[in-house]
Amino acid sequence: MLGHMLRRHRCTAALAAALVTTMLAVVGCGSDGDSPAAARGELLVSAATSLKAGFTDYGERFDVADVQFSFAGSDELAAQIRSGARPDVFASANTTLPDALFAEGLVERPRVFAANRLVLAVPAEDAKVRSLDDLARTGVTVVTGSPSVPVGSYTRKVLDRLDAATRRRILANVRSNEPDVGGISAKLTQGAADAGFLYVTDVVATNGRLKAIELPAALQPTVAYGVAIVRGAAHRRAAQTFVAGLLAGDGAAALRRAGFGLPSAQ
Amino acid sequence: MTRGRWFAPALVLTLAVALTFLTLPVVAIFVRTSPGNLLAALDDPGVLDALWLSVRTTLVALAIIVVVGTPAAYLLATRTFRGHALAVTLVELPLVLPPAVAGVGLLVALGPQGIVGGALADAGIRLALETAGVVVALTFVAAPFYVRGAQAAFGAVDRSWLEASRTLGASEARTFLRVAIPAAAPGMLAGLALAWGRAVGEFGATLIFAGSFRGRTQTAPLAIYERLGTDLDAALALSAVLVAVSGSLLLTAKLLGGRGVARAAR
Repeated sequence: MLGHMLRRHRCTAALAAALVTTMLAVVGCGSDGDSPAAARGELLVSAATSLKAGFTDYGERFDVADVQFSFAGSDELAAQIRSGARPDVFASANTTLPDALFAEGLVERPRVFAANRLVLAVPAEDAKVRSLDDLARTGVTVVTGSPSVPVGSYTRKVLDRLDAATRRRILANVRSNEPDVGGISAKLTQGAADAGFLYVTDVVATNGRLKAIELPAALQPTVAYGVAIVRGAAHRRAAQTFVAGLLAGDGAAALRRAGFGLPSAQ
Repeated sequence: MTRGRWFAPALVLTLAVALTFLTLPVVAIFVRTSPGNLLAALDDPGVLDALWLSVRTTLVALAIIVVVGTPAAYLLATRTFRGHALAVTLVELPLVLPPAVAGVGLLVALGPQGIVGGALADAGIRLALETAGVVVALTFVAAPFYVRGAQAAFGAVDRSWLEASRTLGASEARTFLRVAIPAAAPGMLAGLALAWGRAVGEFGATLIFAGSFRGRTQTAPLAIYERLGTDLDAALALSAVLVAVSGSLLLTAKLLGGRGVARAAR
């Protein structure tokens, strides 16, 4: 009886050991399991959520290393680097965050690699909002980025250029300050809000579910994307190739396809 | 027997590792910055708004959970019926559901374009991006903690008490209110404390379904996330408050749980 129980327990123990080993193996190896990838190495890229479509496309064509992306609000990614995270590359939806990290000695000298346009995004069908003026109407719901994330900061620049009364009425209609453009897109595609401020590339990435209303040129802020190699990057050579490709090459082409402008366009 | 001598120290070692690992983040929140800075950071109107909103929304959610959950838990505890096990499993499902899944589910169910949300919108009820939506999200994720606790507490009530009450001429409803609830109260309160703890900490479902807007939908965890990149002290101060609140709730649940067991054993 006891022997039987012990045998059964040994069986369970063996099973548990196998499970733990498998888990460790999965965690340890990650995608390095297949040898070509292991030979090429990995490249960790922290990038603004708005770069997702363009960078994913570029990452698939990039043959120097296996690119792993971490997409989030640029402010969030900068905070991670400040608290000790060491990706190889940091790509931000503005130039102020990479410049600040450069001044703090956390990244190498940043380069401007793309431009974007802020637009008013509305659902493609049955849009309640047809112009910027409609945003100030009562009963209209608006989502913006939180002030700390670049898209939210650009949005506030636009609103600051409106007259005070209109700005107040629009701000009174804001229902959510989202942590990144993904949150704004999601709220709009689900019809949870009538309009939101996004980059034109975010609207392109929804495959027709949202449409963009252009802002008057006088209101348009300068949206420039900065990229920098993080100091102490584990894969510096691959990072250099990746950044070079963003300035001219596959990365630049992928960004143009996703709707981004040339860095000098503005 | 020298064979077994390593085992007891090994047990102690694993416990020490587990305790260190599990308490380190909590300790770090309090030692990362001075208590003076923590208190000063709490004096931010946005932080206070978030705490006050958390208090209000969690209390409303708990009220809904108690009113609907108590009779439901009583039914599950005192009757067996076809599909009983299925009902119990479905009630428990939100316990294991990732909060992000809960948020997406709520959005496509109760959002303006959701399967029920359209009818709600026609009736003039908006939940997405509204304070009511926060309450819905909190109720969804926290309810199972209470229902489970209450069901177990009702299940532990001596059946002969309920039968005696009915034999003495009390109606089923009166038996439920006057006998079952007082007898099960400690266990119900313990479940309620756990549900409150879960509601206070809710993040993902709230962000996805209700968004983040100061004073309206930005609860304490969402305020922590918004401040992480720009104001670490405020994020830490709010975290410290939440640690204290959650710790007190867990302690309450433990003490009440202990009393419930003691009473059932008598």
